[in-house]
Amino acid sequence: MGSKEKSILDGSSIERAITRITHEILEKNKGCDNLVLIGIRSGGDHLAALIRQRIKEIEGGEVPHGAVDVTMYRDDVGHGSVRPMGKTDIPFALDNRHVILVDEVIYTGRTIRAAMDALMDIGRPSSIQLAVLVDRGHRELPIRADYVGRNVPSARDEKIQVLFDEAHLPLEVRLIKP
Amino acid sequence: MAFSHRHIIGTQQLSKADIELILETAESFKEVNQRDIKKVPTLRGKTIINLFYENSTRTRTSFELAGKRMSADTINISASGSSVTKGETLEDTAKNIEAMNADVIVMRHSCSGAPDYLAQRLTKSSVINAGDGFHEHPSQALLDLLTIKEHKGKIEGLTVAIIGDIARSRVARSDLYALKTMGATVRLAGPATMLPPGIEELGAEVYTDINEAIKDADVVIMLRIQLEREGGNTLIPTLREYAQFFALNTENIKLAKPDAIVMHPGPLNRGVEISSYVADGVQNVILDQVENGVAVRMALLYLLAGGSDEE
Amino acid sequence: MKTVIKNGHIIDPSQDIDGRFDLVIAEGVIVEIGENLATEGADEVIDADGLLVTPGLIDIHVHLRDPGYEYKEDIITGTRAAAAGGFTSVACMPNTKPVNDNKAIVHYMINKANLEGSANVFPICTITKGQKGTSLVEMGDLKLAGCIGFSDDGLNVECGDVLRRAMEYAGGFSMPIIAHAEDEGIKSGGVMNEGRVATELGLAGNPWVAEASTVARDLMLAELTGARLHVCHISTRRTVELIREAKARGVKATCEVTPHHFTLTEEAVRGYDVNAKMGPPLRTADDVAAMKEGLADGTIDAIATDHAPHHIDDKNVEFNVAANGLVGLETALPLTLNLVREGVLTMKQAISCLTDRPATALNIPRGTLTCGSVADITLIDPDFKWTLDAKTMKTKARNTPFDGWELTGAAMLTMRQGKTTFQREQ
Repeated sequence: MGSKEKSILDGSSIERAITRITHEILEKNKGCDNLVLIGIRSGGDHLAALIRQRIKEIEGGEVPHGAVDVTMYRDDVGHGSVRPMGKTDIPFALDNRHVILVDEVIYTGRTIRAAMDALMDIGRPSSIQLAVLVDRGHRELPIRADYVGRNVPSARDEKIQVLFDEAHLPLEVRLIKP
Repeated sequence: MAFSHRHIIGTQQLSKADIELILETAESFKEVNQRDIKKVPTLRGKTIINLFYENSTRTRTSFELAGKRMSADTINISASGSSVTKGETLEDTAKNIEAMNADVIVMRHSCSGAPDYLAQRLTKSSVINAGDGFHEHPSQALLDLLTIKEHKGKIEGLTVAIIGDIARSRVARSDLYALKTMGATVRLAGPATMLPPGIEELGAEVYTDINEAIKDADVVIMLRIQLEREGGNTLIPTLREYAQFFALNTENIKLAKPDAIVMHPGPLNRGVEISSYVADGVQNVILDQVENGVAVRMALLYLLAGGSDEE
Repeated sequence: MKTVIKNGHIIDPSQDIDGRFDLVIAEGVIVEIGENLATEGADEVIDADGLLVTPGLIDIHVHLRDPGYEYKEDIITGTRAAAAGGFTSVACMPNTKPVNDNKAIVHYMINKANLEGSANVFPICTITKGQKGTSLVEMGDLKLAGCIGFSDDGLNVECGDVLRRAMEYAGGFSMPIIAHAEDEGIKSGGVMNEGRVATELGLAGNPWVAEASTVARDLMLAELTGARLHVCHISTRRTVELIREAKARGVKATCEVTPHHFTLTEEAVRGYDVNAKMGPPLRTADDVAAMKEGLADGTIDAIATDHAPHHIDDKNVEFNVAANGLVGLETALPLTLNLVREGVLTMKQAISCLTDRPATALNIPRGTLTCGSVADITLIDPDFKWTLDAKTMKTKARNTPFDGWELTGAAMLTMRQGKTTFQREQ
């Protein structure tokens, strides 16, 4: 087992990456006014909560934070067995807001496409920016992240896993070889 | 995720895990129904056919909305009577519809067992029973459960009274099976002529005095009296007498728990099985049932049409 | 033409024979039964070693559908199915189209069976003209034509006075009244036995009272009139009790049970199996037990199939509207032999329920191997194992709930008037 799994980021590295991403978000958006954070279930919403906490620590402002489940928007519904449907929970309007979409890992880009379609059905944001903890390459759609924690070159048959503790705080990012 | 059913014929065949999954999926779809743009692309390119051999506005509309909100092509076919009076057999009708590559056939029929018959003969399409004779109406029971869960936070341990024409109610049977599976106590009550033989063997407490059934209940479900059936050979002397002894009113509802909710599958016969004061009272959650109906039917359609056999 | 059946185990309840004997047939008539009979001069010698040799089986309740419903069955295919099931004689019910209430149809049935059939056909005529329950048929004339009894089978004679007059009138001609006892009012549209299963399936129930209450009335009318009453296809415990009690008091009553009513319960309807839909309906396990008790103590006289062939189009519809009935001629014998294996009946009792007792119930001049009688004989292998494939049945119809069942026991050779009407391929 040990030889097939490799730790890429430990807890403190993740903390630092999140802190940096938060600074970049605040710098680019000139503060946190009109920002909202939407995490992609599941995992992305835990990271979004963390970024929200950092913004509060840095700027002192409260940023609305929601979660989106992309299952309804997947392009592979009807292929393979039926997937469990999670809940989308965005209890505020998106119209004319700058949305920071947060996910753990960006890979083919299909999940992000689904998430953007979901957001567009719910409201009309001024912009959507993407923050990810890991970019592992292999994009299949013209999508790129605005904020990246770590670029991790990977093979297609490898898996990247983000582990959280019971309080949804990130513990580790692992690369798993087949 | 384990949802192993290809057809939804009745709640009798659903396990606790199945019901929990359906309710959780429905809760996810509820959010869509509250948006300004009530449409998601989930079932794009899927075809859903509502095959209704019996009049129904509510159930058909609910399934139609459910399909359309998930971007499926939803077609309604209304037919009347059985294959004997219609000239074309049910099997031929079904095979024709399947040949149009329908993914799901939602069927209502006056003959108990008709959806089962269909399911046994179709090789590709899924069948959802939208009510067959006096047998089952599973989507109604599931929306009832979702409504109860929302208001009570749970189903297990609750006492649910179902009152009316139990003998000829597919809703009563589906509610009974689903509620028992989820751990509720079910009381059935009505005039003795409307209580079918052997129903207590299915796990229900049976009463002819509705006050006993209502006492300390968490949920009271009133069934619709089919006015059109009560001509000629009747099970009750008059609607007037029925209302006197078997309707839910402002007095007998006080016997239930103070926070009890009142449900009804609709459409209401005000003044027959339910008094207007109760029907319009704070305890009624009838419109929540209607809203949940769409979400539950979206969940059923998704669970049947959102996967495929090949991996 | 002389035939000798050697080494068989002859069971003939009519003359209390139960043992290993030979049997000689000459010109279609039984001429001798004895041990080690000579075969010299015989045109044919049949070795029946290991087989039972019984009088040709008699089914006193079949529907041949001819004339009128030949798309379901006709006299040729129906009697072929009879022969395959070991039956040499059948009594056929009058619900043909037109109904059998006149001697033209009686003649037609008997002649067609004699010329082209594989079994003797004994027609039962309706009690009332057109089976309408009001005025009596010409019972004396019909008896002369060859009718053996009267029944509005499928329908109850609702009016008690009509049934009383029918019993009185038929009694004067020594003819039995054959009752399909089911109160339509109490039945109230029921399509299966009333109870838990019907409630689960959401199907309208037909309670036991619909049958038993009518049987009670019919037995009392038989008592009043002194007429002979034969009760068709009984299905409930109370019915058995009523008939047992009536017989004990000297009422001239007989009755029959079908193999499905002593084999299956209402559970067979689950899955809305239209082949388990019939009138009277399949009942509970307790009723099945009562049928066996009634057979064991002799209350029930006959096992009859109520062979009811239907075209697939009449069955392949919604349960509520599917036709009633199932075919039974080709499965009756193994299902009856199950009762012997279960210890309910002795082999002799079982054969009696299929030979002399039904013959006596309806005055059919068959069911015996006495010397001088017509050589209607069945050779049975009680241990023959086979699987029913509905597609290969001789009947035109396929409506059986026993399709795919592993069965034990079969007619290996059936002989009518000394001529082979069926021989099983092995």
